Amino acid sequence: MREADLVVVGGGPAGLCAAISAASSGANVLVIERNKKLGGQLVKQTHMFFGSEKQYASTRGIDITDILLNELKKYNNQVEIMTDTTVVGMFEDGVITALHKEDKYFKIKPKATVIATGAFEKSLAFPNNDLPGIYGAGAVQTLMNVYGVKPGDKVLMVGAGNIGLIVSYQLMQAGVEVVAILDAASKIGGYLVHASKIRRMGVPILTSHTVKEAIGKDCVEKVIVCKVDDKFKQIEGSEIEFDVDVMCVSVGLTPLNELLAMRGCEMKYIPQLSGSVPVRDENYETTVENVFAAGDATGVEEASAAMVEGYLAGICASAKIGYKPDNFEERKQDYVKQLSDLRSGPVGQHILSGIEQIVVK
Amino acid sequence: MRIEEHPILDFKRGKKIKFTFNGQEAEGYEGETIAAALHAAGVKVLGKSLFLHRPRGFYCAIGNCSSCLMVVDGVPNVKTCVTDLQEGMEVETQVGKGVII
Repeated sequence: MREADLVVVGGGPAGLCAAISAASSGANVLVIERNKKLGGQLVKQTHMFFGSEKQYASTRGIDITDILLNELKKYNNQVEIMTDTTVVGMFEDGVITALHKEDKYFKIKPKATVIATGAFEKSLAFPNNDLPGIYGAGAVQTLMNVYGVKPGDKVLMVGAGNIGLIVSYQLMQAGVEVVAILDAASKIGGYLVHASKIRRMGVPILTSHTVKEAIGKDCVEKVIVCKVDDKFKQIEGSEIEFDVDVMCVSVGLTPLNELLAMRGCEMKYIPQLSGSVPVRDENYETTVENVFAAGDATGVEEASAAMVEGYLAGICASAKIGYKPDNFEERKQDYVKQLSDLRSGPVGQHILSGIEQIVVK
Repeated sequence: MRIEEHPILDFKRGKKIKFTFNGQEAEGYEGETIAAALHAAGVKVLGKSLFLHRPRGFYCAIGNCSSCLMVVDGVPNVKTCVTDLQEGMEVETQVGKGVII
């Protein structure tokens, strides 16, 4: 049995920031990441971030991982990072089991844990939605921006939120044609600055449209879309056909919450946070003592918020187990303020209305 | 279908790797996943579904959805979207659950 002050599950933006702030408070930290690379989904985000300087605004996502890892290096003798390692169990007695590569299974008993497992892409229900060539927008982003492989020649993007708009732009940067972007909502969900950029490049954004059906033998060859009314009912006779070899589905993400649920944290389904999330206090501690959560696992937002949540959960978790820095209150208030600034817009209000339902005083 | 020119990214590909897909020789680069190498070679169908044997390709590309499972070096249910390609690998389309040796 290994021992550690703090185990951070997930080496994405939230997890790395949790590790930085816990280590800077004096705790020994073990970061466990299932992938071979750290950074989570930052590794494919070639666009510049919004937010403020503290969340690395105007820096490309792909460069933020290195900034965070350099920061983490300052605490080399306190931080251990295990990649290619998957946490597979969390038990009532506080023991965590993990699998390194294919065959090295081990146990750890930390004093506290921060779960920062992130989120994964949702799918959409329509006939033949399982055909190859129909991919999550994030999957296409990985294929293009990490491996330099084009997903195909002609793409239909489903979803005009920020991910749909940004990935459409990145597809064009990679030399792939985007025939149209659809969204069932009557308004574009993403930032106007992204939408305008796409429109200027001649790609139509069809609001109040959905996918009626995909057609193809082994792979998608054609997609039939149609208009929807204000109750999202499909309107007969409004069909448009697109000959495409790729359809990107960008209809949001949902929290990766298995470990939290397995550990017995009280979970609540909150639509505004895109799924089932842990009930927590303002320090990001769940209903199970010394189990903290941060980032998309506590509700889907952007990476900027995930980083600040990570810093906050990390410092609170370390304080809880006896590593409370002198400037604890000051730092905590700074993170709280950053989060409230990030959530000040209309999207933020929506998120906040979800958070209200899970935070217990 | 590889991206050769990109306004932001510079793809530093590793050395060329030879592998086989359903017995046929194929090529990829060190440092990329099996699914990425296959996609670059135009292969989108990675397996057939459990009961109806419908074609399966990857969906999430982050090792989460299990839509990319293939038989690699005789071992079934390998998540090819997060498994690195290696020299001489024998990659095969997986039908259904695969057979555990």
